[in-house]
Amino acid sequence: MKIVVCVKPIPDPSYWARLPLDPKTHTLRREGIPNVLGLLDKCALEEALRIRDSCGGKVTVVSMAPLSTLGTLYQTLAMGADEVVLLSDRCFAGADTLATSYVLATAIKKLGQYHLVLCGDKSLDVGTGQVAPQVAEFLAIPHVCHVLKIDLLDGGRVRVKAKTDDGHIILETDLPAVLAVHRGINQPRLVSLMGLVAAREREIKVWGASDLEVDPARVGLVGSPTQVAQVFAPQRRRRGELLQGEAEEMVRSLMARLEQAGVMPT
Amino acid sequence: MAKDYRGVWVFAEQRKRRLQDVGLELLGEGRKLAHKMDTELGAILIGYQVGAFAEELTAYGADKVYLADSPALEVYRNEPYTRVLERAVMEHKPEILLFGATATGTDLAPRLAARLGTGLTADCIQLDIDEQGRLLQTVPAFGGNLMAQVICPKHRPQMATVRPGVMGKPERKARRAVVQALDTSVAEQGAAVRVLETVVMPEERGAALERADVVVGGGWGVGGHQEWGLVVRLANALGGEVGATRPAADEGWASEEQMIGQSGKVIRPQLYIAIGISGAIQHMVGVQEAKIIVAINNNPAAPIFKEIDIGLVADFKDIVPRLIEEVERRRAGEEAAG
Ligand SMILES: Cc1cc2nc3c(=O)[nH]c(=O)nc-3n(C[C@H](O)[C@H](O)[C@H](O)COP(=O)(O)OP(=O)(O)OC[C@H]3O[C@@H](n4cnc5c(N)ncnc54)[C@H](O)[C@@H]3O)c2cc1C
Ligand SMILES: Nc1ncnc2c1ncn2[C@@H]1O[C@H](COP(=O)(O)O)[C@@H](O)[C@H]1O
Repeated sequence: MKIVVCVKPIPDPSYWARLPLDPKTHTLRREGIPNVLGLLDKCALEEALRIRDSCGGKVTVVSMAPLSTLGTLYQTLAMGADEVVLLSDRCFAGADTLATSYVLATAIKKLGQYHLVLCGDKSLDVGTGQVAPQVAEFLAIPHVCHVLKIDLLDGGRVRVKAKTDDGHIILETDLPAVLAVHRGINQPRLVSLMGLVAAREREIKVWGASDLEVDPARVGLVGSPTQVAQVFAPQRRRRGELLQGEAEEMVRSLMARLEQAGVMPT
Repeated sequence: MAKDYRGVWVFAEQRKRRLQDVGLELLGEGRKLAHKMDTELGAILIGYQVGAFAEELTAYGADKVYLADSPALEVYRNEPYTRVLERAVMEHKPEILLFGATATGTDLAPRLAARLGTGLTADCIQLDIDEQGRLLQTVPAFGGNLMAQVICPKHRPQMATVRPGVMGKPERKARRAVVQALDTSVAEQGAAVRVLETVVMPEERGAALERADVVVGGGWGVGGHQEWGLVVRLANALGGEVGATRPAADEGWASEEQMIGQSGKVIRPQLYIAIGISGAIQHMVGVQEAKIIVAINNNPAAPIFKEIDIGLVADFKDIVPRLIEEVERRRAGEEAAG
């Protein structure tokens, strides 16, 4: 079984509350903020490793990201991936999900035969959840989102349990297919420091636009139908009134204010 | 090319022959956009034997209902739905296409956008039309620490998803429905994905959360299973629903479906009472739409106090039992009087 896992290094969430915005250009200054792998991307990789270990095969990680994320990607080798390919080129910058998916799909085709492509359901930073279905569209293969369980069947098919809004659905799909995994599908393994040190001895391939022979008009900012017109810090619009003192008294003033605001249920 | 496209379309999701609220909410929003652009509001209805919903969609504001009705469309599967929508968009060329960010919407909209080669913006919290007549889509990024305004200047349709509960449901006005049947032959061409079984869980608490007028949310500060009972009792006294933060859900005090925030539900109650919650932005993005937010927290420096209407600096165990008592007394008084 040949499995491709798509992962996206994201800025460490513990820095999000202090993300510096350039006051002039209103763009994000990301320098100096460490990258991490999102939980769902690790779940996707864990699932791939589990399948490979049960039936043999190969797990290849692909990521489209700046070169500065190489350090983070060694984690996937330490977890057990057989191969990692970083898709990095200046002209990939500014890509929306469509341009991202186009590059990922082109790379996946270049890797040769594959049976499964696993993604996270949603990345954490902007969390569009769009990349998995769009990669599938570019590869012209089926996809299933919100996947809670994957079982291999004979005859090149998988049975999949996927979350719906009011329960779940059991599906069977032909392979190859793209599956986007939901929170809770598994508990991704931890990597040891030793494992990470050993992984750093291994090679991560880096492919640029010329290696992929992508259409330059379809990558990066120019290839993105959506554009960010503006980025701004959200406004805080509530003026918090603090009540302190005796519990009795606080409850009474609270009740009075809620009635005044007309929000007490009748 | 963009000039050939006209009209605002809303995907009116139905599941098991029940219209989903988010579609109706989007009709309300779509109406405003259509009005600003002086164009028509269409609802797309896909399923099997669902034609009767056309009236309901019209009552909620649709000028026209585009109906794809076929046994092949009874249960949602991506391929037939994508093909039907692709065909419909090519034929009728809507300028804007809105989806609810439900399990179905988030599976369907991205694939359709890629097939149409156009842009899609996920989880918009605000939509508007700019001076140039383009759809202005506001989305939170990085857990709500930043807001971005996204446009799709050159490609059509301009596509967006909105989570359930973010937009208000419009008023219902009975009108006569205009129905346009869509070509469903493309749905019947078979698919690589087959549905074996759909399982509906007995009760989905989360859905009630999104509709509730009063929500009482509990966080890590509640401290334990037993104390959580106070959160539930207060919610019951107020006739409301119980919500939770990530740590409270992780502890199992509440279910995953009750989690509010970036990775959970977005609520829009009249009143939200946050108990033992610090106010992390990942949680607060889910409660922005509440009319009044009350926080009870024993740490005067808790960040939540900067983002609420009324804050009580106290141990919740001293406040909540008294609050329950007050609410019950008030109710008893009303019943006696009324
Ligand atoms: C990518 C990402 C997505 C996330 N998504 C979500 C999400 O969707 N929803 C969500 O909720 N979280 C989410 N989180 C987690 C979020 O960042 C916070 O960790 C979480 O919201 C904190 O929950 P809390 O307020 O219950 O706990 P804490 O931050 O631990 O706060 C507990 C509060 O209780 C107060 N307290 C303690 N004892 C008492 C007492 N006796 N009386 C009164 N007050 C008391 C304390 O002063 C403290 O302020 C996400 C995190 C990440 C990184
Ligand atoms: N730049 C990228 N490189 C590799 N995989 C990605 C990239 N962006 C998104 N993905 C994959 O798509 C999933 C969903 O991401 P998103 O659509 O950004 O929410 C992620 O969990 C990854 O598996």
